[in-house]
Amino acid sequence: MNIVVLVKQVPDSGAERALSATDNTVERGSANNVINEMDEYAIEEALKIKEAHGGEVTILTMGPDRATESIRKALSMGPDKAVHVTDEALHGSCAVATSKVLAAALGTLNADLVICGAESTDGRVQVMPHMLAERLGVAALTGARKLTVDGSTLTAERQTDEGYEVVTASTPAVVSVWDTINEPRYPSFKGIMAAKKKPVQTLSLSDLGVAADEVGFAGATSEVVSSSKRPPRSAGTKVIDEGDGGAKLVEFLASEKFV
Amino acid sequence: MAEVLVVVEASQAAGVKKVTLEMLTIARSLGDVSAVVFGGDGAASALAGKLGEYGGAKIYAAEGEDIDGYLVAPKATVLADLVKRVQPAAVLLGSTQEGKEIAGRLAVKLDNGLLTDAVELAADGTATQVVFAGSTIVKSKVTKGVPIVTIRPNSVTPSPQPASPQVEQLTVTVGDTDKLTKVVERVAEQKGSRPELTEASIVVSGGRGVGNADNFKLVEGLADLLGGAVGASRAAVDSGYYPHQFQVGQTGKTVSPQLYVALGISGAIQHRAGMQTSKTIVAVNKDAEAPIFELADFGVVGDLFKVVPQADEEIKKRQS
Repeated sequence: MNIVVLVKQVPDSGAERALSATDNTVERGSANNVINEMDEYAIEEALKIKEAHGGEVTILTMGPDRATESIRKALSMGPDKAVHVTDEALHGSCAVATSKVLAAALGTLNADLVICGAESTDGRVQVMPHMLAERLGVAALTGARKLTVDGSTLTAERQTDEGYEVVTASTPAVVSVWDTINEPRYPSFKGIMAAKKKPVQTLSLSDLGVAADEVGFAGATSEVVSSSKRPPRSAGTKVIDEGDGGAKLVEFLASEKFV
Repeated sequence: MAEVLVVVEASQAAGVKKVTLEMLTIARSLGDVSAVVFGGDGAASALAGKLGEYGGAKIYAAEGEDIDGYLVAPKATVLADLVKRVQPAAVLLGSTQEGKEIAGRLAVKLDNGLLTDAVELAADGTATQVVFAGSTIVKSKVTKGVPIVTIRPNSVTPSPQPASPQVEQLTVTVGDTDKLTKVVERVAEQKGSRPELTEASIVVSGGRGVGNADNFKLVEGLADLLGGAVGASRAAVDSGYYPHQFQVGQTGKTVSPQLYVALGISGAIQHRAGMQTSKTIVAVNKDAEAPIFELADFGVVGDLFKVVPQADEEIKKRQS
């Protein structure tokens, strides 16, 4: 099975993050940039399918030059090769434009299966898998906590607020996964060394036949008008339990009319 | 005034969800409110009363197996046709997995902008979003097409404004590409009669300090006494104490209740991302240096296995 995994480089969600003071895009210059965490689960799922059914795993990333670090890291887990879509005109792209570019790149890769994380930790917009399925005219099985591949039939347990739905489709398809689906492997030393030699193809907008004014700020379908820091919460009262901690807690809750 | 389309979020168990009432309330300041109901046969008539109570003047109903038997895509197709026909002032959806997915497909179909996770929507279409673990406030606008905006639950207080809705049945014509993903089964997993996590006005969450799955009864007990929902930190979910759909934080749900109770949760930034905008936060943790105390309005440094049972008794005393 020919599998493409979407990988996004994001600022580390464990550290302070900010929007750029000049253009309100995600500040990447000063951030510690990492693979979007949920994407590691997508890579793991792809590798498991390859191990069971054969095929090839390709990483697809759209992002600035420095995203190369994340691509090499992704490759060190075991995928075969990568495609990096990079072009200065992409800076400031909205989700709609991003989906246009990724769909064009997927068009060159002839994937049976596209796997991605359910959301990114920076935008948390969660729309990309369905946007891509819409553009490509293929099935989407999203929010999977379990995926079964049987020939060309895919069956997923899609997590919902109430429980889960069992959804099924045939390849080609886009699947998005939650972090409950597996436990991603750590790259081995051998994997890290091998990743340095794996092919990474770079594609520009003109390679994909997408015009520069359809993406970036020029082609954006929404804009950030302003951004500001939210005042941090301040600590309130802290008491040490001396046998009356529960009672004091309820006293506070009652004073706030919760009890 | 132009219509504002509100895509109704409802569940079999709870009927119209609170986020729908919030959307209807917001929509009234933007134009004439029309609710769009997707579901099996008869879905709209079951919900019409409640939708009317909150100002739904018109209800568009798209019902039947072609809608209900497939994942998301048919709904987006029907919605896109409706948007082209009525030219609404805005389209509002819930900021839920499915709400966002429909919004994404709709945006592509119409080559239109979209904004997700809005906590406010002004009459001029400017949406307010809280991003980066609750640290940053962003104001955004759709600049191409009609504003398609998903609203985060617990953003506004729903207020009733009675209307007598007219129901219009939509003809559902969806193509084969919308029927590629079949929904074979819907399985409800037990959460008792507790409110929905993202919509609850009180959330009681447990973390690693709860120790094991069985001990989560303690968290559930306090939640039930307070009439709240149960949440869990990632550490608790990863350790198998509680199911993932109840996870609060960066890779789980974002909640914004009136009261958030953190039991045995240290308060790592990934957890704070999901609860930082709660109105009041209280915490119980045995580690006095736990970062959760930096944002708690009231914190108890102590053993939750002693503090919580005592609190339970105290609440029962006051309630009787």
